Amino acid sequence: MKLDLLTSLYVFMLAGFIGFEVIRRVSPLLHTPLMSLTNALDAIAVVGAIILAGEYHAHGATLAKILGTIAIVAATSNIVGGFLITDRMLRMFKASGPKRP
Amino acid sequence: MTHLPSTENIIEVTYLIATALFILSLKWLSSPKTARRGVFAGELGMLLAIAGTLLHHGIVEYKWIAIALVLGTIIGVPLGNVAMTAVPQRTALSHAFGALCVTLVGTAEFYLRAPAVPPFLMGVLSMEVILGSLTFTGSLMAAGKLQEVLPQRPITYKGQNNVNLGLLGVAIVVAGVLVAHPEKTQLFPLIVGIPLLFGVMMIVPIGGADMPTVISLLNSYAGLSAAAMGFVLDSKLLIIAGALDGASGFILSVNMSKAMNRSFSNVLFGAFGQQQTSVAGAQQARPVRSATPEEAAGILAAANKVVIVPGYGMAVAQAQHKVRELYDALTKRGVDVKFGIHPVAGRMPGHMNVLLAEADIPYDKLLDMDEINGDFPQTDVALVIGANDVTNPAARTDHSSPIFGMPILDVDKARTVMVIKRSMGAGFAGIDNPLYYQDKTLMLFGDARSFVGSIVRELGGGHE
Repeated sequence: MKLDLLTSLYVFMLAGFIGFEVIRRVSPLLHTPLMSLTNALDAIAVVGAIILAGEYHAHGATLAKILGTIAIVAATSNIVGGFLITDRMLRMFKASGPKRP
Repeated sequence: MTHLPSTENIIEVTYLIATALFILSLKWLSSPKTARRGVFAGELGMLLAIAGTLLHHGIVEYKWIAIALVLGTIIGVPLGNVAMTAVPQRTALSHAFGALCVTLVGTAEFYLRAPAVPPFLMGVLSMEVILGSLTFTGSLMAAGKLQEVLPQRPITYKGQNNVNLGLLGVAIVVAGVLVAHPEKTQLFPLIVGIPLLFGVMMIVPIGGADMPTVISLLNSYAGLSAAAMGFVLDSKLLIIAGALDGASGFILSVNMSKAMNRSFSNVLFGAFGQQQTSVAGAQQARPVRSATPEEAAGILAAANKVVIVPGYGMAVAQAQHKVRELYDALTKRGVDVKFGIHPVAGRMPGHMNVLLAEADIPYDKLLDMDEINGDFPQTDVALVIGANDVTNPAARTDHSSPIFGMPILDVDKARTVMVIKRSMGAGFAGIDNPLYYQDKTLMLFGDARSFVGSIVRELGGGHE
């Protein structure tokens, strides 16, 4: 596969700008959930680990399998734990509703 | 694209949709009203991307993938259900896991491709493993300090920054040699090993109050290492997710460094904890006024407008639920109660908000420093619970103070200030707080939880 360097750099730069603009708008109120959510999204690295662990390799297959499998475990625990705790935190944020009786 | 097999096209489409969902996910997080939808969008994107990846025709064996996915889920569920007070260490731990994944994949990719690694690829691969491995050990250390399995006291020695920067420099030089001569595979363990050591050394001088900055910075590194991995694997999805995470960590790091009045380069090079050197020298016992829970309750009940300023001391004392009872008791009497939250209060960005939200305090009562500071002159009582340096007026006036220039909550402008504190000990920076010696300041000595509890009893509130 040819590495399309320039396109990748453009993608990185644009994503960086989008990230800045979107995340600048996140209220300081939610900075903890922000961190746990971006951490879960970051664990998309699991797709690289899956391909590494599952693909056929002419040499170095054992190394790829072992490292790939551990990497999947680490990333999956981040995905599951990250989304779970983000949602738990966000459920706790309630606006002051109508006066309690 | 037309000559690609159709499953490859399907996979690319799932990645494209996942990317859009990830961006929407962060966009919806901007307000508490839409934030949960954001989590759902993120989950959906993740599910799509993983399902798409599993269709990949190059995958010949699924057994280990399946085992790893199940094992990861088993580890992830308890990590998603930790107590809210443990969220900072959980976050640090998850940065370590993310970095571990990236480092392992990078290492395997190197040995699969060596010795024929093109220079650009070797460059990003080096960045991936250097950032990945230093984030891995750095985050483990941070988690250990937060969980208090490691000593929390910062350990400093002469020339510490030079030693650390030297280590990092050596790793970068070795990476440079590998870019020129990727066939020297025996050098590769160095660009994993040295950053692993650097990660440990970087956190050794860090004290608890620096944690919000450190966690944000590690968050940024974790994101950048994932983006580098995206370059190596030529995965746009991973580049974008990494860039978003990197940007998020970067913004938070800048926020935190501003809130602590550190220059950004100071933060970038991890030169934390330098202010530890200012020791709480000989302090004369200056007179302070103290008050009992009855007196405090009387003043609070007579107030119209109260601002509560929580700090890490509130979290340590687990006082947030008692604070909620105080909020209820005062609100019932028609007192206007708000919370003023400093960006670096607690051990990670937003830490106080999560604890107070868990205690069922409505989020529209939680105001950040810039929103609340204008209110203090019209505030009858500012009640400080377990916060110190972030309320120190010396930061505004005393040029010789180590925290001079740090933005603070202007509690000293309120008509009456009450400070709940265990004793007259100085804060993290070892700096005396002139706030405590003002005529209008009342010191409430005691454990935050039991003291707030006593005030609530005096007000006739508490559990109905």
